[in-house]
Amino acid sequence: MSRLDVETIRKDFPLLARSVHGKPLVYLDSAATALQPRSVLAAMDRYYEMTHANVHRGVYATAEEATRLYEAARVAVGRFVGAPDPEREVVFTKNATEALNLVAQSWGRRNLAPGDRVLLTETEHHANLVPWLMLAEERGIVLEYLTIDGDGRLDLSDLDRKLDGVKLVGVAAMSNVLGTINPLARIAEAAHAAGALVVADGAQSVPHLPVDVKALGVDFLAFSGHKMLGPTGIGALWARAALLEAMPPFLGGGGMILDVRLDRFLPAEPPQRFEAGTPPIAEAVGLSAAVEYLQGVGMDAVRAHELELTAYALAAIDERLGDTCRVFGPPAGPDRGGVLSLDVQGVHPHDLAQVLDQFAVCVRPGHHCAKPLMRKLGVTATARASVGLYNDEHDVDVLIEGIAEASRLFA
Amino acid sequence: MPDLEDLYREIILDHYRSPRNRGELASPPAHRIEGFNPLCGDEVVVTLEVEDDRLADIKIAGAGCSISQSSASLMSAAVKGKDLDAVRRLIRTFKSMMSVHEATLGSDGASGDGSGADGEGAEPEPVDLQKLGELAALQGVVKFPVRIKCATLSWNALSQGLDEAAAAR
Ligand SMILES: Cc1ncc(COP(=O)(O)O)c(C=O)c1O
Repeated sequence: MSRLDVETIRKDFPLLARSVHGKPLVYLDSAATALQPRSVLAAMDRYYEMTHANVHRGVYATAEEATRLYEAARVAVGRFVGAPDPEREVVFTKNATEALNLVAQSWGRRNLAPGDRVLLTETEHHANLVPWLMLAEERGIVLEYLTIDGDGRLDLSDLDRKLDGVKLVGVAAMSNVLGTINPLARIAEAAHAAGALVVADGAQSVPHLPVDVKALGVDFLAFSGHKMLGPTGIGALWARAALLEAMPPFLGGGGMILDVRLDRFLPAEPPQRFEAGTPPIAEAVGLSAAVEYLQGVGMDAVRAHELELTAYALAAIDERLGDTCRVFGPPAGPDRGGVLSLDVQGVHPHDLAQVLDQFAVCVRPGHHCAKPLMRKLGVTATARASVGLYNDEHDVDVLIEGIAEASRLFA
Repeated sequence: MPDLEDLYREIILDHYRSPRNRGELASPPAHRIEGFNPLCGDEVVVTLEVEDDRLADIKIAGAGCSISQSSASLMSAAVKGKDLDAVRRLIRTFKSMMSVHEATLGSDGASGDGSGADGEGAEPEPVDLQKLGELAALQGVVKFPVRIKCATLSWNALSQGLDEAAAAR
């Protein structure tokens, strides 16, 4: 595995050349959304300048080209997560949220009856929580939760008992608050043994770790383009072909049918069945370029770099800020991603983020769409710094300098 | 670029560190209003008692950032014991201080180069800061648009509480 050359990589991201408040931007909010390399922007420009046409059914040259680019993006994105049959298994959505809603509304409504149990975790993002709460309200399915220990790791000690009678397990591959990388393969194996399927929320894992759906053994994987160097407006659901084939449509409209009469319709085969309306074509082209960029760097190298930086940050925070700054989640290691949720003594996260903004440091204060987890941690909010492949130790140093300043101001 | 000192005045930090009128009045008879700022999870609980057109007592509970908590504390000190007309007038004056810049925020927030050219030219109708006393310390908040909601959270709760008290009579 080659090491990642962060200095060269930084040059590929135009936004990193920007200054705010007269200082160079320190972007530490990749868990919310990542920056785009020039190649992604160029691919989308090129598409709009040279090709743009609606996909499917066009016979003229540019329409045929648009379709080819869109379908090639599907294959590229599928291969990126190890999909065995990407042409049939990857559904483009608006984002991870829509992909998870698709699972709940299509698979869930078809397969879950009143009293059926779904096992989630108390660390889930609202995107993998509210769709199931909606189903619970609508048809009385029962939700149960895996809890976390003091380090922010899932307590799997009684997993088998908790899985008893469960139809579906929903779990984030990596927590967007704690940075915990959950043992999906182990959970999937136990779930399958208990007769349950597994939907993985890969919004945080696919951008930062090598992901292979075959190795993980999950049944659904949802993720968002904009967190993996791609544009906003596109995400994907990977699912086993056999599952998709048995699922009813999610949204209705053009592009998702074989035939329509005034009193009935015949849905198309997957993945088209789940892509009603004109899809995000330029965004698919951009996402394809993002995947190509990540593969060029190598996901092993991305992960190694981010883990090294996370370890550096955790050690430096401990050394320079001591007890005044607490970071939630496990220590740096194989099950820790680059998300640092900070709790600084005497400084509210909102105030911390405000002071950091003066240092041109971008972090995010709030509940990070994980309100149940905030309650569990005993806070209303945290300030979250998160790293990407383009961050370096200097970024972390400026962050720590800013935190120290905030502590001084509010002391 | 607005300075942090504009936001975190000493009076604000003082009220944040040692909030006035902390706690909750027994309700009933007090009216109890909860305010939430979903953006940052700030939460404020205002309990108040009205007697003979006077805001006889007020207490503040909840947790949140320095701006929401100090604004609530400053508010409680400013309105406690005042007659209701004066309280209503103060709410109006404070709210207009918090919205003075709103019309100009578009150009401020969207300045593409972030160079700090704030386009703060047109200043509509000035608010009489004299009348606000210590509360004027919060005027810097308007330069930080996302924080305005923090500052007005307790005021909206107070306003709602007065409405409830009026309706109950
Ligand atoms: C773990 C996790 N799941 C789901 C989402 C939702 O992603 P999106 O808003 O792109 O749909 C996010 C991003 O905020 C996330 O971090």
